[in-house]
Amino acid sequence: MVEINMTVNGQQRSGSVEGRTLLSDFLRDQLKLTGTHVGCDTSQCGACVIHADGVAVKACAIFAWEADGAEITTIEGMAEADGSMSPIQQAFQDYHGLQCGFCTPGMVMSAAALLKENPDPTEAEIRDYLEGNICRCTGYHNIVKAIQAAAAA
Amino acid sequence: MYDFLVERPTSISQAVAALRDDDTQVIAGGQTLIPTMKNRLAGASKLVSVTKVKEMLVFVAEDGVLRIGASTQHDRVAQLQDSGEFPALGYLAANIGDPAVRNRGTIGGSLANNDPAACYPAAVLASNATIVTDSRSIAADDFFIGMFDTDLREDELIVEVRFPIPQRAAYVKFEQPASRFALVGVFVAQNAGRVRVAVTGASDGGVFRWHQAEEALSADFNPASVADLQVSAEGMIADIHGSARYRAHLVQTLTSRAVAAAS
Repeated sequence: MVEINMTVNGQQRSGSVEGRTLLSDFLRDQLKLTGTHVGCDTSQCGACVIHADGVAVKACAIFAWEADGAEITTIEGMAEADGSMSPIQQAFQDYHGLQCGFCTPGMVMSAAALLKENPDPTEAEIRDYLEGNICRCTGYHNIVKAIQAAAAA
Repeated sequence: MYDFLVERPTSISQAVAALRDDDTQVIAGGQTLIPTMKNRLAGASKLVSVTKVKEMLVFVAEDGVLRIGASTQHDRVAQLQDSGEFPALGYLAANIGDPAVRNRGTIGGSLANNDPAACYPAAVLASNATIVTDSRSIAADDFFIGMFDTDLREDELIVEVRFPIPQRAAYVKFEQPASRFALVGVFVAQNAGRVRVAVTGASDGGVFRWHQAEEALSADFNPASVADLQVSAEGMIADIHGSARYRAHLVQTLTSRAVAAAS
């Protein structure tokens, strides 16, 4: 077992994990942060995208011990301090950027990473950035519109 | 996935010592290794993580050579697109996988794995780069042995890659849209008048140099120089995404486009 410590959504969290424990499993099973979704077993769907030290990573393609000492933000850390939704989350609601909602945590986290490095992206840049996030419901159009609206907000 | 022990060295010497045990595997960014382990297509008794080895994060251009540490992530190399030093390599890195993959995946991991459709091997071979390990330097021409096979020993660690910065270069990738690997990718580089052309994604033997095109382009660096050249379909990969003949044709077409892009 490996002892690990990390900051998750601003709080110090620690745990004891097997070498093979994925970060997605640590977040969901040990910390009970089940907003990070696992949609595939092949690391292709992007539903589990979180931020590690400020950049987007797939929580299912990193072992929990690799995030030892890291600063992690998950979808649970995206809301404002008073519990209201962040501008990106609000835009997903306003523009119907989700149907079943399964891919949404990863979409929101990828969108937040994009807007951090590129606050005013073109539609093409948004679509390009989302190439690792798969949605089977919306056809992406409303997701792209929501991110454009969030960028303008 | 079967469980394993973990070692997290902070120096090359610690990492190399950890690799001497039997059934030990290096893990860098893990963007190929972890999905492969999930499928039980790979596994080891111990993983040695090299992402925290500072000596393997060097990133500097000096005397016409770009030194990139093996643990450097694709996203860092992608910044070369705007730096003017070696924009073709930056473009290549910026189009590997997706943003989350580029934030974790490393150049050393890609080269050690030598996937027959990976992008970096084409850049390394076309640029005549040198692979520096913990114990020796390996010329690109000697490094890539075959599909998923390199000259590395079991306990040998890539430390950095040294690219002679070419006068002109370009990479063109015809993407397999689901995986974003190269169905075929061609890297063309001109240095001191000599042109090298390296092809990934096409051959059963992994990355290779197209010598016939190199001779024609060294004489005249012009897309027209390769217009009449033919690539044999023998030994080309054939799968659901494209036949051997189709890939052979793409090699010629993409080489022409790469020369145009580099001109």
